[in-house]
Amino acid sequence: MSQALTATACLGLDSGLFLRASPEPSMPADVATANDSESPDQRRAAWMAAAQAGDRRAYERLLADSVALVRAAARRHGVAQDQLDDVVQETLITVHRVRHTYDPARSYDAWLTAIASRRAVDALRSRGRRDSRELHDEFALDNHADRDDASAATESEQRAQRLHAAIADLPPGQREAVEQLGLRERSLSEAAELTGRNTGALKVNLHRALKALRERFHGEP
Amino acid sequence: MMSDPRSHAALIDRLGTDLVPVRRLLPPWLRTAGWLLLVAALAAGLLMHYGAGPMLRRWAATPDLAWAGIGAVITAICAAWAAFALGVPGRRATWAWLPLPGALLWIGASGLGCLRTWIAPGTELAGVHQSADCLLFIIGFSVPLSALLIVLLRRACPLRPVRVAVLIGLASAAASASLLEICHAFDSAATDLLTHALAVAVVVAVNAAMGGRLLSKA
Repeated sequence: MSQALTATACLGLDSGLFLRASPEPSMPADVATANDSESPDQRRAAWMAAAQAGDRRAYERLLADSVALVRAAARRHGVAQDQLDDVVQETLITVHRVRHTYDPARSYDAWLTAIASRRAVDALRSRGRRDSRELHDEFALDNHADRDDASAATESEQRAQRLHAAIADLPPGQREAVEQLGLRERSLSEAAELTGRNTGALKVNLHRALKALRERFHGEP
Repeated sequence: MMSDPRSHAALIDRLGTDLVPVRRLLPPWLRTAGWLLLVAALAAGLLMHYGAGPMLRRWAATPDLAWAGIGAVITAICAAWAAFALGVPGRRATWAWLPLPGALLWIGASGLGCLRTWIAPGTELAGVHQSADCLLFIIGFSVPLSALLIVLLRRACPLRPVRVAVLIGLASAAASASLLEICHAFDSAATDLLTHALAVAVVVAVNAAMGGRLLSKA
């Protein structure tokens, strides 16, 4: 929590610096020591330079440090609170894939923010598509829902809770497949990249998980 | 609700495990120079075959064509450079305008070709068949030049694939039009100018339609 707070504090400073955009920040070649005179952007740039050379510790510190920046960029684009973490994850995966495109002579924050903004726009678009598809359901709900039945809401809430509990009881691999593919609506390849499992294993796990859930709720074999 | 700080930590840990040293992308201007080497090699081949004489004589007679050729070369260089710059996240979107001055020179000077009969009466004009040859030449050379640019840019990270694809189309069409100057047997007239414009439009449109998808890969 305290880490998140300090990161957000740095962030205001960063975005201020970013707007004024010093195009070529001078970068100390020495990476391991992050002294106090460095700006957070310079520190992250040095970490990324080390990560490009294979320094895992610098890389993990950099990514942890980047989360707040990504969230801020996503928020600026109007991404909803419940979607922020998806944008963070997509952005971190992209950062990992294209880390060779970062030039340590330039601002890391600008590089990261560009990727995060892109992922934020992607998230907004996919939500927009989903919302427009679900419009019809809402219409149906308004017209035919059992609005007068006060217990219906509690009942459906209980059903949801039972389902969540059932998912939580699944073996880890199956739970992961349901969460990634079912609840978060990721594609197979995205889920594979996120979980580090291959798509075949994910499909098998999802299939088994659905079978287990069916058995639990309907008693079907 | 899933605890998200934890899932971020898990992802970061996994990405850290996957970490291997990477070779940094060369700066955009160097990558542009690499692509221009291929264009220069093609130009050298054409010059060896046709010789520089006819081109220089034609340019001496009709300087506006020389300006159009220079404009096409500048457009090709600037569009390729802009495409490579925009392939790196965080570069300013205004890079996309870099080819504009060259393109204005190219289009403006070629446009004078429409007035050919008033400026330099008696120059040889293109017939319909020759115009079709020009079309095939520009499109034919644009295919490998675009393909190379797409391959090179797939190694980068174009966050706006369609914009970059348009620049790729412009760069390769302008480069092909420059190469055409070397072996152009006649002067541009309204018909010829139209074919060139059509060829460039086809190359840019095809790139925008297909390149965007090819660039926004996995």
